[in-house]
Amino acid sequence: MKDKEATLILPDGRRLDGRRPGEIRDIKIKVGILENADGSAYVEQGNTKIYAAVYGPREVHPRHLALPNKAIIRCRYHMAPFSVEERKSPAPSRREIELSKVIREALTPAIFVEQFPFTTIDVFVEVINADGSTRCASIIAASLALASAGIPMRDLVAACSVGKINGVLVLDVTDVEDKYGEVDMPFAMMPGKGEITLFQLDGVLTLEEAEEAIKMASKACMEIYEKEKSALKAKYIEARKAVEEVV
Amino acid sequence: MISKVRRSQIMDLLAMGSRVDGRGLEDLRTIEIRCGVVANADGSAEVRMGKTLAIAGVKTSIGTPFPDTPDMGILIVNAEFLPIASPTFEPGPPDENAIELARVIDRGLRRSEILDLQKLCIVPGKAVWEIWVDIHALNHDGNLMDASALASVAALLTARIPKATLTEDKEVNLDKSVREKLPIKGVPATVTIAKIGDKLLVDPCLDEEEVADAFLTATFINDKLCAIQKRGEKSLTVEETLKCLRIAQKKARELVAITMEGTGYGKD
Amino acid sequence: MPIYVKDWDIVVPGDLLAEGDYTAGPYVYKEDNKLYSTTIGIVEQRKGTIRVVPLQGPYIPKVGDIVIGVVVDISPTAYVVDINSSYKAILQASEVVPPKRNVLAEDLTKYLDVGDVIVCKVMRFDKYSDVLLTCKGKDLGKIEGGRLVKITPAKIPRLIGRKGSMVNLIKKETGCKMVIGQNGYIWIKGKDKKLEALAEKAIRKVEREAHMSGLTQRVQNMLQSERGS
Repeated sequence: MKDKEATLILPDGRRLDGRRPGEIRDIKIKVGILENADGSAYVEQGNTKIYAAVYGPREVHPRHLALPNKAIIRCRYHMAPFSVEERKSPAPSRREIELSKVIREALTPAIFVEQFPFTTIDVFVEVINADGSTRCASIIAASLALASAGIPMRDLVAACSVGKINGVLVLDVTDVEDKYGEVDMPFAMMPGKGEITLFQLDGVLTLEEAEEAIKMASKACMEIYEKEKSALKAKYIEARKAVEEVV
Repeated sequence: MISKVRRSQIMDLLAMGSRVDGRGLEDLRTIEIRCGVVANADGSAEVRMGKTLAIAGVKTSIGTPFPDTPDMGILIVNAEFLPIASPTFEPGPPDENAIELARVIDRGLRRSEILDLQKLCIVPGKAVWEIWVDIHALNHDGNLMDASALASVAALLTARIPKATLTEDKEVNLDKSVREKLPIKGVPATVTIAKIGDKLLVDPCLDEEEVADAFLTATFINDKLCAIQKRGEKSLTVEETLKCLRIAQKKARELVAITMEGTGYGKD
Repeated sequence: MPIYVKDWDIVVPGDLLAEGDYTAGPYVYKEDNKLYSTTIGIVEQRKGTIRVVPLQGPYIPKVGDIVIGVVVDISPTAYVVDINSSYKAILQASEVVPPKRNVLAEDLTKYLDVGDVIVCKVMRFDKYSDVLLTCKGKDLGKIEGGRLVKITPAKIPRLIGRKGSMVNLIKKETGCKMVIGQNGYIWIKGKDKKLEALAEKAIRKVEREAHMSGLTQRVQNMLQSERGS
């Protein structure tokens, strides 16, 4: 919006980092890397790097927040001061408060909260390095942290942003594409169910373009979903392989 | 906590295609817009949607532009959910709901380009107009989002700011006796759809909000989307989402007409 | 009635397991006549019921469970016990104060103090009130010495094995006394520290390889070769 003349798509149709519009960045996922948490995950999507930790279900403090019919979910999305170009104050910003809320609401539909009345499930997300689509990467990490904590879930949650740069819809926007592009549309879903759990738009799209963007994002979520599943199983499959080799 | 009787009453009515307050699923509540209710503000509007009441005030000041946008004015949106508006609201700094509402409305105003921010630059890199939109909830009977958005738009459309001129030594001089309109580029409209069970309904009242599974708020400008926020603890299917957007587009056209009528914008 | 998984398959939340008239066992849910896993675990199907044995997860108390807990607080009439669960556990002081004595007049720390480890049985639990424990019974009560090992509660059934086969094997091979708490705590007491360490090593192996068949044999091989060396 600040500089609409910025060239973000090169003449050969590729983006500044060499990706095609419908391509997501490489994702590296590690599950269970933080020993103290009940569940944890690390997600690296290009230069966006996120840790997520889950504690619970556990007792709620202060106690009056507890609900008699279901667990409450609390979520804190936080950016490390060094995660962005200019040092960010560690105090929670309005943006972080909003993102904590929408990330929580992106995860809650997937959790069988009614199985744990009077308890809380606490999700902590820390952005270590930000290069666009941090809320989507946070949702991927948090969803895996929940699953690795053994919290009963309907499905995993996958997420991917859609942008519009130089008039073209693109997947998984980077920081530059977000800053100088026309649109940012963060999106999350339970791919196995085809249900949307996070949907935001910041920028102008026609209804037809929005429909197309949802299609692209859904497809990307399906791709990420498969990566999430293999990352969750990896530890156990490796252990199984190790034993089979000995035998 | 909503009682089970009220909940089933809402659900039963919805199943028959009607609502607790007698509306159809896609009907807005009666909207009243009163502009210029605050003499000390540069612009103001009080919006009533059924029993929901919100007021927005516009104040302006001269400030320095952000370094990355030296030739653009500054728009700041803040919302306060005052305890007078609901027994569930508590005093103190805005909570996540108030912050989310302000940020969603901010995105809608900004991305609709309701204001031509470039025209709000006085001296590039030095002096620009700062436009503060402060939203106060006064009575919460559901859908504070749309009432607040409409109040903000109406306050901006009807605001009159002092004339800024430059003195010989390049100082900004404000002439408060001459009042000018803000540079308006378009009229956006914000529509919230609630999902209850398998039903989608427009402009939820408080009881409906309490039983709703999810919400979709969409802001339109010239029939195009410019901001969306899905809220709530449950999901929306892709089909439901697309249906929400189509309903919202239709209602946004209605709301634009109501806004023009209520503010007199476009008539002079 | 297609089934998409077989026994011992590792599944994650949302994995489609089967369609049709199968019964959803623990950690499985049914939606639109399809069965899905709710957790990361191993598939097990018996007589038309599909269940998932979780590999991770919180301890959810069950009446009758033996648990090992730590006394964390003392009220005038009860002990508060941490049993590694999201629900607080209570042991009434009358459980340890001799009958005919006035509980309120007693210094409860004489019987159990903060930090003490106790083996208890879950007497009452309904998710809506605190867990009520008892420590009256054989092998219940305060424990001292030995070592306390904590594993994922979800893997305790595997550590016990079918009819106690796994724990009995470890006891036999190490000569250690072992008390297993369903809440993930295991207390080991042996003739010497080396045997206790060996028992813990076997427990860790079970924790690591809980999702694989043939585990009893591998644990036995490990214990025998370690003892021999």
